[in-house]
Amino acid sequence: MERRDFLKGALGTGAAAVVCGASSGSAEARPNLEANGEAVGMLYDSTLCVGCKACVTACKNINGMEPIFRNGDEAYDAAADLSGQTLNVIKIYKDGKATVKDAEQDGFAFEKRSCMHCVDPGCVSACPVTALKQQAKTGIVIYDPDACIGCRTCMTACPYNVPQFQYDKAFGQIAKCQMCNQKGVERIDNGMMTGCAEACPTGATLFGTRDALLAEAKRRMELKPGEIYNYPRGDVSKPDSYHEKPVPTYKNHIWGEKEAGGTNVMHISAVSFDKLGMPPLEERSYASISEGVQHTLYSYLALPAVALAGLSFLVKRNTDGDDKGGES
Amino acid sequence: MSAYKPLGGRILTPAFLFFAVVFLISLYFMVERFTDGMGAVANINGGFPWGIWVVYDVIIGTGLACGGYALAFTVYVFNKGKYHPLVRPALLASLAGYALGGFGAIFDMGRWWQFYNILLPWNWNFNSVMLEVGLCVSLYIIVLIIEFSPAYLEKIGATGLLKVLDKTLFFFIALGVLLPTMHQSSLGSMLIIMGYKVDPLWQVLQFQPLLAVLTAIIMGYSIVIFEASLARVGFGGKDETPLLAVLGKVSVWLMVVFLVIRFGVLAAQGKIGLIFAGDFASLMFIIETILFVAPAIIIASPSLNKSPGKLLIAAVSMLFAGALYRFDAFLFTYDPGPGFSYFPSAPEIMVTLGVISFEIMAYLVVVKTLPVLHRSEHA
Repeated sequence: MERRDFLKGALGTGAAAVVCGASSGSAEARPNLEANGEAVGMLYDSTLCVGCKACVTACKNINGMEPIFRNGDEAYDAAADLSGQTLNVIKIYKDGKATVKDAEQDGFAFEKRSCMHCVDPGCVSACPVTALKQQAKTGIVIYDPDACIGCRTCMTACPYNVPQFQYDKAFGQIAKCQMCNQKGVERIDNGMMTGCAEACPTGATLFGTRDALLAEAKRRMELKPGEIYNYPRGDVSKPDSYHEKPVPTYKNHIWGEKEAGGTNVMHISAVSFDKLGMPPLEERSYASISEGVQHTLYSYLALPAVALAGLSFLVKRNTDGDDKGGES
Repeated sequence: MSAYKPLGGRILTPAFLFFAVVFLISLYFMVERFTDGMGAVANINGGFPWGIWVVYDVIIGTGLACGGYALAFTVYVFNKGKYHPLVRPALLASLAGYALGGFGAIFDMGRWWQFYNILLPWNWNFNSVMLEVGLCVSLYIIVLIIEFSPAYLEKIGATGLLKVLDKTLFFFIALGVLLPTMHQSSLGSMLIIMGYKVDPLWQVLQFQPLLAVLTAIIMGYSIVIFEASLARVGFGGKDETPLLAVLGKVSVWLMVVFLVIRFGVLAAQGKIGLIFAGDFASLMFIIETILFVAPAIIIASPSLNKSPGKLLIAAVSMLFAGALYRFDAFLFTYDPGPGFSYFPSAPEIMVTLGVISFEIMAYLVVVKTLPVLHRSEHA
């Protein structure tokens, strides 16, 4: 008989678990955060990039990071990927003979890797101690090493694998692009543009507000391949200079317009983005789903408080009259 | 009077010395991690920020330490007093597992000297699943110490304190059921924000917390069966097989619930085909499923009550099933994209073995010196 009661109890647990699961399953998750058109961002046009890595050097100079040399060649920074000492890197896509620029077959193309400054950033949502924050005005995702405990949840939560922990140091920290607006640098707050955009000789990395950059990207999508377009350099709203160039065959895809809620750093290219190593993202941000579950279960700690009251009552009832004192 | 008794006997047995040696070797690498950085010891990298120190020591280690949680549920919520003899050893194992999970978490913290930041309310980010896990686990370690404290208080004869504790213990027991429910489910929720990096067969989004808490309870019952069986072989005592068999049967029901939800969600998400894709993930999924189904068949067999061996095999299978489920989701099939791979380094594995050795040594010392195991027949 006792066993039957027990199994009943176990089924009760199962039922409670299912209720809990159903409530989380039907969680009214929040929608993606809305893009701020006035947020600062960058537009990287892969077809304009010549792989000179001036942006990599400028980034390291501004952020006080050492270059990475390979095979004894100290002519230029040979960083292969983002790391604790590289916040911005130019990577290359190659196929077959790799002779034709911006061709998917037998071609090659450049791709910039740096923080995308998500509209709905996973790292900000996941950080337990608010060491990662999105600046309200600029939309820049900034990092506070004084708050950070180094749990590296941000790294797991970033769809682009951007935050990098300095594993080679005894007292390392997270390294990530802060659009040259971190404490002590503050280029954006002082009306300047990011170091990489300023250094870019071809305008492949263009600085501006999200709205202005998105408009420029859309304009380029509308252009006919082969026609001459006057490409701006520097800040899209007040370019330092222009250069004329025939329009390539763009993929009709502005990366960052919508992916996982969108990003303030957007990319366009003539090679599809999965080939350039961009992740398989849909429009819904994972942060919004995660927060939906979390807030359903823990909003004002209401559910846990009710559960604690119920459990306390049950446990008290079941331990009273149990006068085998001291039996924990 | 309590029927719990210290085992007594020598502390420095050959087994104890073996674990001590493993622990001492691991100390070398633990020191190196602090002097030269984590990269000097571990193979974690930009795409795999969490290696075995997080995934085994914390995520699986605390799952394996759910015996106290599962039994507290059984004894105090469902009022099954006859399971009382199993409670103290289970609580001790939970305390050992969680304490070392907590140690593992701080040891793996890149900026460990600022760990207290997570305890300061003005830093709290309520959107963060990790916040909930961090706070809940910290609190639960304290609750476990309080729940286990009668063993120590009886030893030193602090009857006054015991009386006070007796009046308030119900609240801590309730917390001891609530907190693991919260953070063990949240360990699953942590997978949601990892998005596509978690293999589709494990990325069930909103259902992550439910599946995680089910595996926690399954692992909890299994570890109680496992430990009680080992304690009987190692230290002698009463054969608890009929009692343990019922826990096994409850686990079977939980596994049925787990599998129904899991396959249901995969079907709803249109991912059933991936199980038969023939790749690494599908292989791991099938192994996991076998490890869940095999013990169910063993436990359902009629001769179970008289066969402690069979029950032990079933429990081990369930432990592997629960552990593999978490390993697969967080590490084995975790894929942050091209260019990243992870396999733990020898020193990294050594640290984890050292942590486990320390846990076992602590358990052995405590059951020999404090009244933990139920020895009614010798009383």
